[in-house]
Amino acid sequence: MPLQGTTRWKRWLYPALLLAALVGLWQVLADSGALADVFGVESFLVPSPSEIASALWDNRSLLVENGWVTLREILLGFGCALVAGLTFAVCLHLSETLRIAFYPLLVGSQAIPILVFAPVLIVLFGYGIGPKLAIVAIICFFPITVTALDGLRSVEPGAVSMMRTLDASRWQIFRRVEAPTALPGAFSGAKVAVAVAVIAVVFAEWSGSSSGGLGWLVFQYNSNLRTAEVFAAAFVLALMSMALFGLVALAERLVITWR
Amino acid sequence: MRQDTKMDAETGGNSALVSPPESPSSPAGAGLRASGVEHSFDELRVIDGIDLELAAHGVLGLVGPSGCGKSTLLELISGLREPDAGTIAVGGAGKSEERLRRCAFMPQRDLLLPWYSALDNAALALRNQGEGKAAARRRATALFERFGLGGFEGSAPAELSGGMRQRVAFLRTLLAGKPLLALDEPFAALDAITRGQMQEWLAGALREDPRTVVLVTHDVEEALYLCDRVAILSARPARIVAELRGPNPRADDRDAAVTDPAFVAAREKALRSLREGTRTNRVVP
Repeated sequence: MPLQGTTRWKRWLYPALLLAALVGLWQVLADSGALADVFGVESFLVPSPSEIASALWDNRSLLVENGWVTLREILLGFGCALVAGLTFAVCLHLSETLRIAFYPLLVGSQAIPILVFAPVLIVLFGYGIGPKLAIVAIICFFPITVTALDGLRSVEPGAVSMMRTLDASRWQIFRRVEAPTALPGAFSGAKVAVAVAVIAVVFAEWSGSSSGGLGWLVFQYNSNLRTAEVFAAAFVLALMSMALFGLVALAERLVITWR
Repeated sequence: MRQDTKMDAETGGNSALVSPPESPSSPAGAGLRASGVEHSFDELRVIDGIDLELAAHGVLGLVGPSGCGKSTLLELISGLREPDAGTIAVGGAGKSEERLRRCAFMPQRDLLLPWYSALDNAALALRNQGEGKAAARRRATALFERFGLGGFEGSAPAELSGGMRQRVAFLRTLLAGKPLLALDEPFAALDAITRGQMQEWLAGALREDPRTVVLVTHDVEEALYLCDRVAILSARPARIVAELRGPNPRADDRDAAVTDPAFVAAREKALRSLREGTRTNRVVP
């Protein structure tokens, strides 16, 4: 189908062209001094794209080294949230008592600014990677739990009745009907979680116990007004976020073959 | 309350009719006996004293206005619910867990699971019963051919037509190997022509593999064509207002059967009872 082929490359080309145009405009505005003169944005606040590019290149080994630290924190924190969130969702699904007791608190807990508890977490988990994992995991936990639980609860009652008369055990109902029904929702939750994980990890690295990672690096550069390097690190974080989102989306497509 | 129950002249006022004799070829026969069944959801009275009797391999139709509690009655029979009052026994067993083991329920919407192929959907009960994947598929495959589904074993449910989906759903119910099939408006979602074809097909399937069947429908014609006996239910709370039978249940040629004058007369009578049952309960709540 030629139409579909066309739309497919357009989906890549158009955003790429738009991005190139915006970066080009930014470069022109910065070079001509218009950014500073017209908009009042001085070059020490916003560097030009070429400055960011050279900052990326000059600090490549530092960025890779700290990027790896951050990536590890994200993956471990997200992994913990995934295991804990899915387990918790299943528990709340299976026990009405737990669900009634925990659900409002779960939603309410989202209103608490987690960074307030950073000192507590540091005391609890020490000065290493612990508190950072905890912050990432706590922030990822909510979207995963809520979407998985809503997915489990969205199973049609008729399907459960049908399975019961087809001699299904509780486990078989879960495995053959409830879990597959909940998967699309859980994947949406995981995509949201992995996107916020990148933001969460930056905050976690700022919260005191760090001596590495891109968030920590941004913090260091920022206090020295090395804005080109700040933007370079932010650029790597953005790439990381998109790559992780893409990976979860890919996993979703491989697992949910029936849509 | 039950005194004013209108009985069809043909049945002479007997609420329990005689069903066709039990076929000795199938050992898995189980009859149904229900007496004084009542059920409410909170304050809402849904079933108001119902007696049913059905011999093994008989086909009983429950026809009533929408929302009258037919589906609830079916859930009570299949052991998905326990009645507030009265007893229900399937194959002599009265406990809801025992009924659940003897009944297979076919919901109104096919509810095929989109993550399984048509074949694996049909084999669902076998898998639940602990049969291996290959063995379960082998048994289901044999029936696919017979039910005109050959070649669609690997298809996703979404790739099948409405009629085929219902056939897979029926196969899934049949393969559970239960003596009693509880069918809840199995063809309600289909267009008129497909529905007629499916009724003829179901009649053939039951000739080949007789089971005790309780069929819930709001289609009087469907009930009279498929069932040995048809109980007409009133509006909620459901009572039996009439029992009647079609002249030639599950005849080979459905089109001829449903245009037969005796059939047409039975249909008119059924519709009249249905209307009266709806009216009675509206005036006297």
